[in-house]
Amino acid sequence: MTPTTTWYLVLAAILFGVGVVGLMIRRNPLVMFMCIELMLNAVNLSFVAFARAFTDISGQTAVFFVMVVAAAEVVVGLGIIIAILRRRPGANIDDLAELKG
Amino acid sequence: MELLVFVLASAMVLAGAIGVVTYRNPVHAALGLVLTLFGIAVHFVSMEAHFLAAVQVIVYAGAIVVLFLFVIMLLGVDRAEDLSVEPFQIQRPLAVIVGVSISGLIIAAVVRGRSTLGEQLESTVPGDDNIRELARSLYSDNVFAFELTSVLLIVAVVGTVVLTRRQRGGASK
Repeated sequence: MTPTTTWYLVLAAILFGVGVVGLMIRRNPLVMFMCIELMLNAVNLSFVAFARAFTDISGQTAVFFVMVVAAAEVVVGLGIIIAILRRRPGANIDDLAELKG
Repeated sequence: MELLVFVLASAMVLAGAIGVVTYRNPVHAALGLVLTLFGIAVHFVSMEAHFLAAVQVIVYAGAIVVLFLFVIMLLGVDRAEDLSVEPFQIQRPLAVIVGVSISGLIIAAVVRGRSTLGEQLESTVPGDDNIRELARSLYSDNVFAFELTSVLLIVAVVGTVVLTRRQRGGASK
């Protein structure tokens, strides 16, 4: 019995759900970023599973681009977090409502 | 053998993910993230995406998690967060409901569409050709997107430097 594409997709779905729950219940902006990384990795896993299922390398190319964009996103996001927390130490995500319309 | 690898790597992934969500200390959450990323890399190897597995370990576990830990130490926010205090009582159950619903919907869709996937997996691409195939796809079909990612990275680096630079002299913030 070998794992099939369906198994990988189910694992990716569970991982995505865990990331969603973490994003919504945590208040530390850094941990919320980590949960976003969890969701991105779930999507990467399903991309690679599809690439193998259809023997098409495009899925892996997409994962490559997702990794680049994730790296850029983390750099900018952490820059914003540093800029905010330097002025207001210990702020959690509920305190950061300055951009609220 | 493949089943064993799948089960062990999945256990790593899920244990790390639950650790990220439940550990109160951000440093421990980052270590849980490392566990998850290594599990994903193992899955990549078993699906014969060798290049992506290497990139996963180098970029994610090597660079992004180190960046997280660096920021945690820099800001000194590595004290434990009190998870028992919940400002909005309804939020946590609602979040769990939403997460379980999203997972359930995706799993239901996957199980229903299982017949279109083809259940047996024979790899037509030999292992050594993975990097060659990926490079061919990257540098021919997606070459413009590949060049644009360099612009994206430059913009991200410059933007971060501008964001986090301390103002010297007159304009003191």
